[in-house]
Amino acid sequence: MPDASGLEAIAQELRDADPTSVLGTTHSGGRAEIQIDPERNVAVLEHLRGRGYSFLASLHGVDYYPHEPRLGVIYELLDMTEVDRISVKARVSTDDPRIASVIGMWPGANYPEREVYDMFGVEFDGHDDLRRILMPEDYEGHPQRRDFPVGGEPVLFTYNETDGYGADL
Amino acid sequence: MSVLSDYRKREQSVTMSTEVAGLGETHELLTLNIGPHHPATHGVLRLIATLEGEVVRDIKPIIGYVHTGIEKTAEDKQYWKVIPVIERMDYLSYYFNPMAYCGAVETLLGLEVPPRAQYLRVIHLELNRIMSHLVWLGTSALDLGAMSMFWYCFRERETILDLFEMSSGQRMHTRYFQVGGVIEDIPVGFAEKVQAFVDEMPTRADQYADLLEKNEILLSRLRDTCILDEQTLLGLSVTGPLLRAAGNPWDLRKAAPYSSYDHFDFKIPVGSVGDNYDRFRVRHAELYESTKIIQQALDGLPEGPFIADDRKVVLPPRHELATSMEALIHHFKLVTEGFRVPEGEAYYPIEGPRGELGCFVRADGSAKPARVHMRDPSFVNLQALAPMVKDAYIADLIATLAMLDPILGGIDR
Amino acid sequence: MEVKREPADFRSRQLMARDMLRGDLEDADIEKFVEQAVMTTTLDRAVAWAQGNSIYPLTFGLACCAIEMMSIVAARVDIARFGFEAFRASPRQADVILLSGRVSMKMAPVIRRIYDQMLEPKFAISMGACCSSMGIFNNYALVPSDKFLPIDVHVPGCPPRPEALAHGILKLRDKIQYNERDGWRERYDAVGTEEVLPSVTGSVGGPLATNEETAGGATGA
Repeated sequence: MPDASGLEAIAQELRDADPTSVLGTTHSGGRAEIQIDPERNVAVLEHLRGRGYSFLASLHGVDYYPHEPRLGVIYELLDMTEVDRISVKARVSTDDPRIASVIGMWPGANYPEREVYDMFGVEFDGHDDLRRILMPEDYEGHPQRRDFPVGGEPVLFTYNETDGYGADL
Repeated sequence: MSVLSDYRKREQSVTMSTEVAGLGETHELLTLNIGPHHPATHGVLRLIATLEGEVVRDIKPIIGYVHTGIEKTAEDKQYWKVIPVIERMDYLSYYFNPMAYCGAVETLLGLEVPPRAQYLRVIHLELNRIMSHLVWLGTSALDLGAMSMFWYCFRERETILDLFEMSSGQRMHTRYFQVGGVIEDIPVGFAEKVQAFVDEMPTRADQYADLLEKNEILLSRLRDTCILDEQTLLGLSVTGPLLRAAGNPWDLRKAAPYSSYDHFDFKIPVGSVGDNYDRFRVRHAELYESTKIIQQALDGLPEGPFIADDRKVVLPPRHELATSMEALIHHFKLVTEGFRVPEGEAYYPIEGPRGELGCFVRADGSAKPARVHMRDPSFVNLQALAPMVKDAYIADLIATLAMLDPILGGIDR
Repeated sequence: MEVKREPADFRSRQLMARDMLRGDLEDADIEKFVEQAVMTTTLDRAVAWAQGNSIYPLTFGLACCAIEMMSIVAARVDIARFGFEAFRASPRQADVILLSGRVSMKMAPVIRRIYDQMLEPKFAISMGACCSSMGIFNNYALVPSDKFLPIDVHVPGCPPRPEALAHGILKLRDKIQYNERDGWRERYDAVGTEEVLPSVTGSVGGPLATNEETAGGATGA
């Protein structure tokens, strides 16, 4: 992980390239994170890739309910030659959950983006096959959001179905 | 009775006309549905293969048939209760899943794991890696037709499971790793049994090599089939033995060592061509390397506590509950409410048997995690299947799927 | 169906057999001879005994329990000695479906379809806690298996030890061999749910028509 000053240097470079892209940086617990504007995610990631962070280790979503903007998409980048990791976070709101897809840069973002779409509802522009990957295709709702109920079933065994819990079903 | 059921209607609507669709009179593209229930898929993976004769032109995996909502369930439980839930994700590497999770939580807490616990963790992790590779070897050989490998590999697996049962009481999903270390110290006799296993494992691995190495059928099925080069694999975010088979020696145990892996001397097997044979050889060679690591960890096992000392996070030892009031209060608090983790986010990657297994934990200050995401290697590696089997025979598809080592529990979570 | 054999009587039985072949045995002796040499049972029981000792399971592994199911095939706990020799991949050839692992919402209709393809008599063993009763994952994604399948034996555990699964399988075998057994529709009170085809006058019924009313006059069958 780049140390605090290294992180600030990277953030400064990004701000020089495009002043509105970086919204903030966090450096804690050995993890360096840059919060960016979701409109500029492709440009920022392209810049970081040019800087050596060429491997997309993980792409996942987080729901920051009740803080707005709710849905965060986090890119974990890895620099294999320097063994350096950096995270990039872009937050979108549920009213307009659109963000550009990075599948052109990294074909390996295909399934993770579909998973974020399935679980959180974030739509990736430019992804040619954005459909549900883990839930059934016609499922309604986005399960991993914090306001989606965990669900579950009252469980019955067939031999004692007529007594006890659920006897009136 | 007068209404044909939907199924029967569809059955009767299939025509038997001689019109072919596709590329003309002699070529026809056939769409074949493989799975989700099929003896050659490693779990419930559904593949929609577009075939031209016996050559695969396109393949589309459809997953989600074991989706369990593990990450959603984990948000609902206290931090230490998440460990059994998260263990069942990638169900062949059930020590690696909680290792990544505990690592992330320990990072958030700033908790230091004592050296004895780190060595014990390494021993169990490498035993799990050997066991995972043995199951892979047995089931892959079964897919390719070499059935007796299955029984030999499972004989070794039973020995390893006996070791796990000795240290933690359970064969699988042992919840042995806890936040701060391991749940209890190894019993008397465990070290001797592990030593006996380590002594005989290289001979056994040699036996497996002898059984398969010179087999012409296996060689012709695996050599030079489904090659994928390193750059494409890196673009697809593939890690683990697949990337090492293509020539890139990326291994997190050497590159970014965690949990005392830098104390041990071991090599990373790397392939050269990137075909199925290299993938097979890389995993087989890793059996020897893991044995070496376990030997070194056993020899150098330090004395000391097996779990961290912080009573706000770790349960106090049982004998203290009879004498110390504070210990009782801590115990009560930890068991009922659980420990609280200060706000923050952490991503902790480790090297699992299939690649980079990472755990992302977001803590919001309460006793339950706000988001647990496991970056599963098989999920990402499955994207490499389509480029690998393009224009290969369907038999190569089965062999490649076996060499890819997908674990559907991790893919679907 | 107990047959008692006293080894000490072997010589006397030999002599009795010799006498019988010569035609020298009297009434009481003949009865005693028949009792000792011939097993009588009902045809049902004999068939049930044979069926119970040669159940072919369906290879159906879903999740973690599948690994323990694989180790029940391996050498330590070997269910081939109970007759479960051949794991069949095709549901048409299998007798018991061993649901090993968590059943997700997407998978439940697939399992039901496979179960429907199995031929009578068929059984289902639900292995593991997730399958029987949601296990530790009581959430939106899973379905307990007895909501859509009639299960004969539930084997608890997470995952159950191979010995526990073997115990469950032997319980199933006892159920087959010693219990009054009808088809599964009678067992689970599901008579009347058979799919009945309409009468085949002029329509494309084909050889699939199993309707009793048209049994005699299937056209174009």
